[in-house]
Order: sequence, then C-alpha cells, then structure tokens
Amino acid sequence: MEVYLDNSATTKVTENVTNLMMKVLNEDYGNPSSMHRLGVKAEQYMKEAAGIIANTLKVEPKEIIFTSGGTESNNLALIGTAMANKRRGNHIITTRIEHPSVHQTLVYLEDNGFKISFAPVDETGKLIKEKLYELINEDTILVSIMYVNNEIGAVQDIAELAAELKKRKKDIIFHVDAVQAIGKYRIYPKREGIDLLTFSGHKIHGPKGSGALYISDKVKINPVVFGGGHQRGLRSGTENVPAIAGIGQAVSELYTDYERKVSLMYELKQAFLKGVNTFDGVSINGLPKECTSDYEIEQIRKTAPHIMNVSFQGVKSEVLLHSLEDRGIYVSAGSACSSHHPTPSATLTAIGISKDLMDSTLRFSMSDMTTPEEIEYTLVQIKELLPLLRRYTRK
Amino acid sequence: MYKAFLIKYAEIGLKGNNRYVFENALRDHIKEALNHLGEFEVSKEQGRIFIECPDGYDYEEAVAALKMVFGICSICPVVVIDGSEWDKLIQGVGNYVETMFPDHHFTFKVEAKRADKKYPRTSPEICSEMGAYLLDRFPEMKVDVHEPEVRITVEVRTKSYVYSIAIPGLGGMPVGTNGKAMLLLSGGIDSPVAGYMISRRGVSLSATYFHAPPYTSERAKQKVVDLAGKISKYTGKINLYVINFTDIQLYIYDKCPHEELTIIMRRYMMKIAEKLAEKEGCLGLVTGESIGQVASQTMYGLAATNAVCTMPVYRPLIAFDKQDIITIAERIDTFEISIQPFEDCCTIFVAKHPVTRPSLKTIKYSEKRLEEKIDEMVETALNTVEMIVVG
Repeated sequence: MEVYLDNSATTKVTENVTNLMMKVLNEDYGNPSSMHRLGVKAEQYMKEAAGIIANTLKVEPKEIIFTSGGTESNNLALIGTAMANKRRGNHIITTRIEHPSVHQTLVYLEDNGFKISFAPVDETGKLIKEKLYELINEDTILVSIMYVNNEIGAVQDIAELAAELKKRKKDIIFHVDAVQAIGKYRIYPKREGIDLLTFSGHKIHGPKGSGALYISDKVKINPVVFGGGHQRGLRSGTENVPAIAGIGQAVSELYTDYERKVSLMYELKQAFLKGVNTFDGVSINGLPKECTSDYEIEQIRKTAPHIMNVSFQGVKSEVLLHSLEDRGIYVSAGSACSSHHPTPSATLTAIGISKDLMDSTLRFSMSDMTTPEEIEYTLVQIKELLPLLRRYTRK
Repeated sequence: MYKAFLIKYAEIGLKGNNRYVFENALRDHIKEALNHLGEFEVSKEQGRIFIECPDGYDYEEAVAALKMVFGICSICPVVVIDGSEWDKLIQGVGNYVETMFPDHHFTFKVEAKRADKKYPRTSPEICSEMGAYLLDRFPEMKVDVHEPEVRITVEVRTKSYVYSIAIPGLGGMPVGTNGKAMLLLSGGIDSPVAGYMISRRGVSLSATYFHAPPYTSERAKQKVVDLAGKISKYTGKINLYVINFTDIQLYIYDKCPHEELTIIMRRYMMKIAEKLAEKEGCLGLVTGESIGQVASQTMYGLAATNAVCTMPVYRPLIAFDKQDIITIAERIDTFEISIQPFEDCCTIFVAKHPVTRPSLKTIKYSEKRLEEKIDEMVETALNTVEMIVVG
C-alpha cells in the first residue's frame, strides 16, 4: 500500500489541473502581453484564474497578484510593505513559528534598518495575544502571522487579531500567510480585516511554481521584482500562464463539498491520535490544553484538520521515516524545507520541545483523499516499528 | 591557433620490452577522453603521443580533458606549419612568438629536431639561423642557451611543428596497466581521494559501499554514487557494489561489546570487500585509512582490522594530515559532495567510548559470539549485493 501523508510538503495535482495546463502548454502558448490574439487568449486564462480566486475570497480580481509560490508571495508582502511604508515607521511584529520564507525575509529587513519583534506562543503553538498587543508602538507598520502553522497545525484566531490590531492602531497593515489554511478554512480577507494574504498552488493540488498574493486595494506596496511592469507593476516578468491556469483550476475545486471533506479529516485525525496515543513514549504536539486523551472533536477542531505532529521517544525521526518509507508510507521529519539543515525547528523550539524529542518528531499531513484504511495501515506499521527501532539506542 | 598536442610521458619511458603495452593504453585512454570533443587523430611515435585536432575544436576543453588522463607528464600545445620550406618556417615561428609572447622581453633558446635527414639545414643550423631571425625581428628578445625563460622547439618533418609551453599533466601511469583494486568507498572525504591516488599509479578500480537502511538514507547512497562518478572521470568505469549491511550491523550490536562495535564492523566489511575483490579479479583492497584520524584508525585499530585480510591493503593516505587530504579532494572535485550531511541518519552505531587500543585477541574472542549466524549473514549480504556501473 502506498500512503502519502506528506501533503503539507506538497500535494499531487488533480487531473483537471493537469489537463488544463497541458492545453495551455500545447495550444495557447502566447505571451499575455502580446497584442495579437494569441496573447489575448493567454491573458484570458489569467483573467479567469484571477476571477475564480477573487470570487472564492470575495475580493476584486485586480487585488490578486500571481507569483512563483508562497515564498515569493511572502517576500513581496513583507519587503513590499516595508519599503512602501518606511516613512511611517520601521517596526514589524511577527511570531517565532513562522515559515522560513517569512522569518528569513524579516531577518533581511532587520539587516536593512527595520526592527522586528516576536510575539510569543504558548506550548500548543497558540499566540499569546496580549503579549502581541503590548508590542505595538507608534512605529509599527506591519504585523505578519501565519494562519495555520505548517509543522504542528496550530491555528491562530485571525479575525479577532485583525480587529484588535486595527482598534489599537488603525494604519497597521496585517499580513496573513495562509498557505496551509486555504481550503481548510473559509477566508474572506475583506470581512476579516486581512490586508495581505499569501497562498501557494502546490499545497492545494495545483502545480509547483504557482502562488498568489491578495493585496487589499487600500494598501500600497512596492514590487520586489522589477522589469517590464507586468501585473500593475507589482510583479514584472512574463506570467507563467500554465501555472496560473493550474492554480485557478485548483482553487475552483478547493471548496467543493468543503464542510464534508473537512469533517472527515477531523475524524481521521481523531482516529490517528487515539491510535498513536496507545503506544508507549508518544507525545502529540500542537493540541489545545483542554484536549484530553479522548481527543474530543471540538478540541481537535481548534487545530488544523490535516496536520498531526508526533514525538516518539527513543527513536530517531529520520530512521522511523525511512522505515515507514520501506512500508510505503511517506511523512516528514522536521518540515520539508528544512531537511537539509541541521538547525533545529524554530516551531518546535518555540513551543518548548526538548532537543532530544525534536530529533524524534514526525509530521503526518493528510489530504481530503486520505482514507480510514490508510490511517489504520499507518498505525499498524508504527506499532510494529516502535519496539524494533527502540531496541537500538546509542550506548 | 594550436592544431595539435604533443604528449610526453615519464615512467612509461623507463619500461623495457613491454613499453608498448603502456603506450597503447595511454593512446587509448587519450582517445576516449577526447572522444566527445570531436575527431582527434591520436598516434604514438618515438616515445611520445601525438594528437592532431579537428578544425574548430575547443582548446580549453581539450586541455581540460587531457589533464584528467593518468600517465601524462606534460601536454604541449603545438602550432602546425604546412610544409618545411625555410621562409615559411621562420615566418611561422615568428608569428607564433608574436602571438604567444606579445611582450618580447624574455630570454629564449631554439631547439630543433628534424625527421628528414636530407633537410638542407642541420639541427644546429636550424637553431642558430632561426635564433638569428627571431633576434632580428624582435630586438627585445635575448638568447640564453643555459637557462632560457622560453624554450622554443621546432620539429621539421613533412609539416613542421612549433611549441614552447608544457602544461603539466597528472603524471602517474595509464589506468589498467597495473592491475585492479577494490576500493572501500564511503561518503566521506578520504575514500574517494584514496581511490584516486591508487588509480593514478595505473590501477583500475572497483568499489564497495556498505549501506544500512533505514539507518542510512537513499541520499547517502546517492552521494556515494556521485562520488564514484566524480573519480571515474579519472579512473574509468567503476563497478560499484552496494552491500546491505543492516542485519550484520544489528547482530554485532546485539552480541558484541559496544566499544568494539566499529572495529568488528570494519573487519566484516573488509572480509566482504575481499570476497567481492576476488570475484572481480582485484589484486588488493584500497581504503582511506590514516593513522590516528579516528578511534578505529589508531595503529592498534588498523592492526586489528588488517588482520582479517589476506590480500594486500593499500592505504595511500596513511601518513597524510586531514588538510592535505582536503586539498586533494578539492582538486578532484569530491570535497563538496563529501561534506553534504547525508551520512548515517542515526549515530546509534557509533559508540560514545570506542576502544582505541583493541587487542586482536579480545576482538577475536568477542567475535566468537557471532558464530551462530554470521557466516550465513555474510553469505546473504553477498548474494543480495547490488551492482551499479558508474562512469
């Protein structure tokens, strides 16, 4: 059996996405900036994709900019906002559990004269809101918070945060990295007070190399990629029409049957957590404090439906990963983008996981196509492997 | 401007009646190395190899390719002059000097050879008259027959050849002329360098890698394949044997004292490599061991490991400092690959306090605990070996 439980790293594209992209690649290959009909045809795909996304988020199509992915969108959101607003102030607030594409961009901004503050999270990954508000000062121009944390599935109360931030300083620009959240939660940036929203194609069954940034028309940001002035000057470069068509198609399929899909995922998450908790030396990261070993659905619903982060005492995560791989199960140790780095996970450090356990932690992330049988099979394999791998410890 | 290369070799020249074996091997290796760059004519003649280049070939790439062939002492790029008629000849040499040495302030000497003994000038005459012409044309040049800065060599045959630069080759001897060896290849910095060094003496290589999934990853294995690929550019094709060592490793872990784990593992690795070596017709093993570099490579450790081998074990790095090894690794382009962190994803098989002075007696005694199953496991490992041809 092949069980893909690494959907937070990337997802498989749907058949419709593939077919559409092939059509664009083979037939409608024009440059959207060309004046002739081939260009016009290509541009149609972009307009359509922007329309679909705008519709889904209930915003205007012109507020959608297409990029090469979540990382670029985050770079554009942060650097673009900082540069356009630096006369107003130079203070940016974020958390310690952001994705590297947010964190490293802020490190860059810090090296270039901006001040960055980190609001703390508790041991479940939940932002301690009062501490965040305390950090606001007259120089604060931007707050960046990820909706769903990609490693442990912690979810922030974005609407509440947006309201409070605007109440305390109404010109604060609020950026939300929604890469792991979109499709699992309904997001209406205008209603929720979100000024900038990042999401990525390959996390929602779209192609790699596609992403978007919602930029509220009330907010002005500078571009970070310069050139021919494409996309209202905000992102120069001939648009990746096949990928844009792909992400448009992916979004159009995203919320079909959404409530049912999400509920099913929560049930599977509950089954997985209950099962894994029966094994020795297992601890689950990112669950709310009130959650008991019954893993009540209302408690689990406070976290993301698709991400389970588990520490297995006495077992090296990479060894368990390869053992599971030998049995057809694909998961993550650390997050996919950090597998080449020996540095410990910022998220796990921030929630207080010990160094030992960090090297023994795996992330299981489902899609709406994960079945109960797959979860069952995974639990069986883990059950067999744990005692085997625990026999061998460094002496 | 260079239409040909003259290849000089060193130790091959010392061989007696079987010199032709070495010369032929070198000629063939050169042909292979230049194969993908065009149609080069490679011929051997009078103690050297002569290469005629096709029109429009890439000089830089050709030199780079020749610099990776073992057995070459120097590479002399040659200008070819059509014919040997005197005026044409001196003009040609003059133009050569003009182009190659635009700043004419240097000392020189002309050396001449002529293949045709009926040529109107003798070699000494060629030298002096050529020298006179050059002094005339380039007044800043000066002659120094003892320690010239530039030695201009002119060879006169049906065509004429002029050269003055000798680009150093790698030295060594042509691969395959001195037998075959089995390299124990790991993903580290040392073993690829050891393989390169032994191969340079004319030895062709096979290699063995021990992996232990799930304690070692696919990436670690790929790293070893990549390293073999890098050195194969010098050594020629390598048969890389991949042995699944997991069961043996776990068995030793279970039965033997933990501080002796590494030594005992290495002994079994050597045993298995030796069996593969015999099958491949190798005459020795090669390792990257260096005295004292790690706990298992003290002289005691080396003695204990060495004791299982009946074949000679060649350890070219035995007296090298780490920095010297790194310098070579950088030169042969294996260093960057070696330092990628895809080793054993699990350090459980490295004891916290490994023994540094194992006694062979104690080791053998510990190995008795493995008697029940070890032979069978070694057999299985050999039977399930995977072979990848690299290069």
